[in-house]
Amino acid sequence: MTAKTSRLAKLYLALVFIFLYAPMVVMTVFSFNGNESTYTMHGFSLQWYERLFSDTVTMNALKNTVILAVVSALISTVLGTLATIGINSMKSKRVKSALMTTTNIPMMNPEIVTGISMMLLFVFIGRMFSKSDTLGFGTILIAHITFQLPYVILSILPKLRQTDPRIFEAAQDLGCPPANAFIKVVLPQIMPGIVSGAIMAFTLSLDDFIISYFTNGPDFQTLPIHIFSMTKKRVKPDMYALSTLIFVAIFILLILMNIAQAKSDKKPKKSKEDAEI
Amino acid sequence: MKNNPVIIDLQNICVSYGDTTILNNINLQIHDGEFVTLLGPSGCGKTTTLRIIAGFLQQNSGDVIFEGKNINGVPAYKRQVNTIFQRYALFPHLNVYENIAFGLRLKKMKEKDIQAKVREMLALVNLKGFGSRNIDSLSGGQQQRVAIARALAVNPRVVLLDEPLGALDLKLRKDMQIELKNIQQKLGITFIYVTHDQEEALSMSDTIVVMNNGEIQHIGSPTDVYNEPKNAFVADFIGESNILDGVMHEDFSVEFSGMRFKCVDKGFKKDEPVDVVIRPEDIDVTPAGKGMLDGEVTSVTFKGVHYEIIVDIDNFKWMIQTTQKAEVGDVIGISIKPDEMHIMKKSEYSGLYGDYSSFSDEFDELSDPTVSQEDE
Amino acid sequence: MKRSSLTSKILNAPYILWAVLFIIAPLIMVLYYALTDRSGAFTWDNITQINDYASTFILSIGYGAVATLISLVIAYPFAYFLAQTKVSFQRMSVMLVMLPMWMSFLIRTYSWITILGDSGVINRFLGIFGIGPLPLLNNAGAVILGMVYNFLPYMILPIYTVMSKMDRSLIEAAEDLGCGRMQCIRKVVFPLSVPGIASGFTMVFVPSVSTFYITQKLGGGKINLIGDVIEGQFQVANNFNLGASLSLVLMIMIIICLAILNYFADSDDDGGVLV
Repeated sequence: MTAKTSRLAKLYLALVFIFLYAPMVVMTVFSFNGNESTYTMHGFSLQWYERLFSDTVTMNALKNTVILAVVSALISTVLGTLATIGINSMKSKRVKSALMTTTNIPMMNPEIVTGISMMLLFVFIGRMFSKSDTLGFGTILIAHITFQLPYVILSILPKLRQTDPRIFEAAQDLGCPPANAFIKVVLPQIMPGIVSGAIMAFTLSLDDFIISYFTNGPDFQTLPIHIFSMTKKRVKPDMYALSTLIFVAIFILLILMNIAQAKSDKKPKKSKEDAEI
Repeated sequence: MKNNPVIIDLQNICVSYGDTTILNNINLQIHDGEFVTLLGPSGCGKTTTLRIIAGFLQQNSGDVIFEGKNINGVPAYKRQVNTIFQRYALFPHLNVYENIAFGLRLKKMKEKDIQAKVREMLALVNLKGFGSRNIDSLSGGQQQRVAIARALAVNPRVVLLDEPLGALDLKLRKDMQIELKNIQQKLGITFIYVTHDQEEALSMSDTIVVMNNGEIQHIGSPTDVYNEPKNAFVADFIGESNILDGVMHEDFSVEFSGMRFKCVDKGFKKDEPVDVVIRPEDIDVTPAGKGMLDGEVTSVTFKGVHYEIIVDIDNFKWMIQTTQKAEVGDVIGISIKPDEMHIMKKSEYSGLYGDYSSFSDEFDELSDPTVSQEDE
Repeated sequence: MKRSSLTSKILNAPYILWAVLFIIAPLIMVLYYALTDRSGAFTWDNITQINDYASTFILSIGYGAVATLISLVIAYPFAYFLAQTKVSFQRMSVMLVMLPMWMSFLIRTYSWITILGDSGVINRFLGIFGIGPLPLLNNAGAVILGMVYNFLPYMILPIYTVMSKMDRSLIEAAEDLGCGRMQCIRKVVFPLSVPGIASGFTMVFVPSVSTFYITQKLGGGKINLIGDVIEGQFQVANNFNLGASLSLVLMIMIIICLAILNYFADSDDDGGVLV
């Protein structure tokens, strides 16, 4: 690549980044606005941040979101890990591929369809027991677990496939009962997949709006749903303040993950002499 | 060796998946301290046999007897046998020390004893000072040694080796063969070794069990299976062989290639059809007309120690290994001593092996499954 | 043998139960509601009513297709250039591309109003020079922009992944055989990146076609796509049955689109490498 085109290439990369980050810059700037407008700046102030923290509805929605994300990610990770092991050890190819296709449905389907299909199920079951308020924490939890599961399974499955099945046998051979052998030697191998699956499940849950929108009930509002109802009216800069805080939190999280990954990438480098076989 | 008590006794073992039979009525007695090799092409059932002894696989019928006790239902982790796996199956998240200590920790040994044992094992496999190394920083040969140390650390009565040297290059493989044999003799443990490499089997074993299609073809000492193969399959699989159709007219008299010859075998029915095995290195080349049979040379390959000559005699292609040079197109004679003609009863393998008409070196190498993985 | 398949059954049982209850059963519910009326009696009415929405469906596909194509045009050079930069820069850039995906897409979409509105950032800037205000908001362009903006990372990442894993020696081999720069991209890089493009297409097209928030905020309610109609049936009109039948058709339509896409991606893939 010549120096000239390289400069053009970099300019292009920069332009795309500007496009991606323009809204973030705008919302950050306006979050410090001195008055209520999201169009014109009137001096610098932290009032929207103060208001945000004293706004009990928003804070409650934030709490709900985190609770939902933690609980759903935990359940989907455990269920998904077990399912992955089961799927991987399945003998019948046809059953296996049928199950994988089913698993992928929530990932391929438009979110709106996933959302309303689950809502219909919950409403239908509610009607069977002639209850009108089936929707609530339970239903939104089930919905979140369901759409997280394929991501969990797909992040563990490749790790499990890479794992030599003989190490499981080797551990038993040396005197480990099967369940113990699994925990001692297989689990450490697939742990990176489990962790990244759990993180993905957690973040998907945090950010989900569409599916939550159809499956939540009036007494359990998550942050995205709260934001949705706020943006129905004219938005005040407190929403921008909230977003800025989320942005900063995610930014720090990503940097930490990046550092961790860079560290683990460096490790195997010092042992490149195993190509002898 | 044969005087030692029987440690493992396989009785009428059968394994099948659906319609495919993997093992068909395997009967095998292994003595304490013996080095037994299960030899055969991939898919012959040798690894399945090993996995049944290890307890990873349950036979459909038959019994596994360990020191007189039936261990059919005993799970792998309770059996006093340990396996050295084909690709080592070392635990990648543990270092060398912890890999070797794995089985010891499960036995709840004291830390001090574990340390001593691991050190002893590292010395045994020539890996002193490697304890803190990562598994993926080791070469293939070193990983192999760790796998050996890990299996031996728990003092097994029987060690099962599943093509342990299959992934190593030729030179390393030869070195490790000697080392394994030395370790086995030093410790006096029973080794059951699975391989498809006949040279490996011949050079290491006390007893070779030749298998094919889920059945045992021949059990015997290395010299036994080489010199007195039970059937055409064994003869062909172990070393090179010319296998001809023959007729045993009476004791000490066999006919093949249209002529009668003296031989040293007896005990066949009158005029019984037989297979005649003649090893290529046992054939002497003579000038045309001076030997027992004449034929035209169709190919000559220089092999270093000797020439490999293919000769067409009566439309049967013989392989001859000789130090004498011949040219393609030459007519030469051959001569075979009576005690070098080996007469076998006809078997299901008769006529399948031992003719070199489609022989080529290249093909032989391609079909040699050096990296064969599964054997089930 | 027997033991391991038993284990797999025990491990799979909870998940299979879950999949049947919460993946399969909801889809059956969609079908059930689509084919019944409010009282639960069987009817074709909901299906026949879809005729009235045919133009909405076509419009949605059109918007989705345009947004997807624009995303591709933006993302492809981006991924191509990015894959040639230093590894540390690549890693950071990927992180920066992913970051917006993790943030509330509602607020990110909303803040475009601050940028594009009549008294928004752009029009104020143009106002300095006496231009405008230009009608940047509440039109088709703004909706497309919203889609491209929101789903661009989903196009960039799969293409970049394919590009970064591409064997450099293939490009060198092509150059060695006399390929010019553009020829090289056309004959080697592009065919090899088709799998990435295909998954990028899916990941941008599906949410674009079915969106409702972007149209509401940036389209100012003037543009009604199928997502808006379905959302309206459930949240406003309370006609679950019609909503279900529309969802059913949307789902089938998307499956057909993806099948067509896969067909082309596959056939391209076959001979592509060596052409």
